[in-house]
Amino acid sequence: MTVTQFVIASAVLFSIGVYGVLVRRSAVMVLMSVELILNSVNINLVAFGALHDNIAGEVFALFVITVAAAEVGVGLALVLLIFRNRKNINIHEVDLMKG
Amino acid sequence: METAVFIVAAIITVLSAFGVILAKNPVHSVLMLMATLFAIAVLFVAQDAHFLAAVQIIVYAGAIVVLFLFVVMLLGVDLAENLRVEPIGGQRPLAIGATVATAVLTILLIIVAASDSSKPESGDLAGITQETGNTGVANLGRVIFTDYVWAFEIIAALLTIGVIGAVLLTRRAKQQEVEEEVVEKEGGQL
Repeated sequence: MTVTQFVIASAVLFSIGVYGVLVRRSAVMVLMSVELILNSVNINLVAFGALHDNIAGEVFALFVITVAAAEVGVGLALVLLIFRNRKNINIHEVDLMKG
Repeated sequence: METAVFIVAAIITVLSAFGVILAKNPVHSVLMLMATLFAIAVLFVAQDAHFLAAVQIIVYAGAIVVLFLFVVMLLGVDLAENLRVEPIGGQRPLAIGATVATAVLTILLIIVAASDSSKPESGDLAGITQETGNTGVANLGRVIFTDYVWAFEIIAALLTIGVIGAVLLTRRAKQQEVEEEVVEKEGGQL
């Protein structure tokens, strides 16, 4: 069981998440792609923690999960507010602060 | 056996991650996200991170995905976006190119680094490794509440602030509602 395969799987997952963030237009879908990215980071943390026989990797993965939960809560609240004001959640149309 | 578990879980992870970003119906995306998270939990178990796998399923699949599902249902499932229209010309091919290039480059780097030294030397890790040979749940709890207790407290504060912020953002102020009603009535009378 080498660490390389876990890191490669995590890299693929990260790339898929980045593609989702770049391409999808619905704000909810962008948030879900961000979740994919955070999960790939978690795989990395756990893999290197196991490689170094260090529990810190798991601790940080736990913290990442907690921050992701907070981020989703606030992010979805913002999405709801945008929907309430504009009747859609297309992030390309939210350009009020565009310079 | 371990390799077989990894291969199956990794294939499910990647395929359902593609499902997340490619599905037209948002509900299908959410369900695919749940499949991805379950497969990642299996990957955690394969690395002896049992507590993290449980947390992954309870917090992610049990709470975050349900939250996503609630918002998708609240905003209307028929809000599926038209993927044909591109606001920025050539955005999609560019994104595919950049993503594939990043993935290939990263994987090549990983393979090169792995062939360089598959196992790190113990001398290099003197500063990093604190606990050796302990990866149990009890040790995890001990480390969180001793070495990382400040990070733990700050995370607790962050969660509280996040919840309060979410409630404040989505709450409609009562004062404002009353004022709006008054304005509407006056507008009707005039």
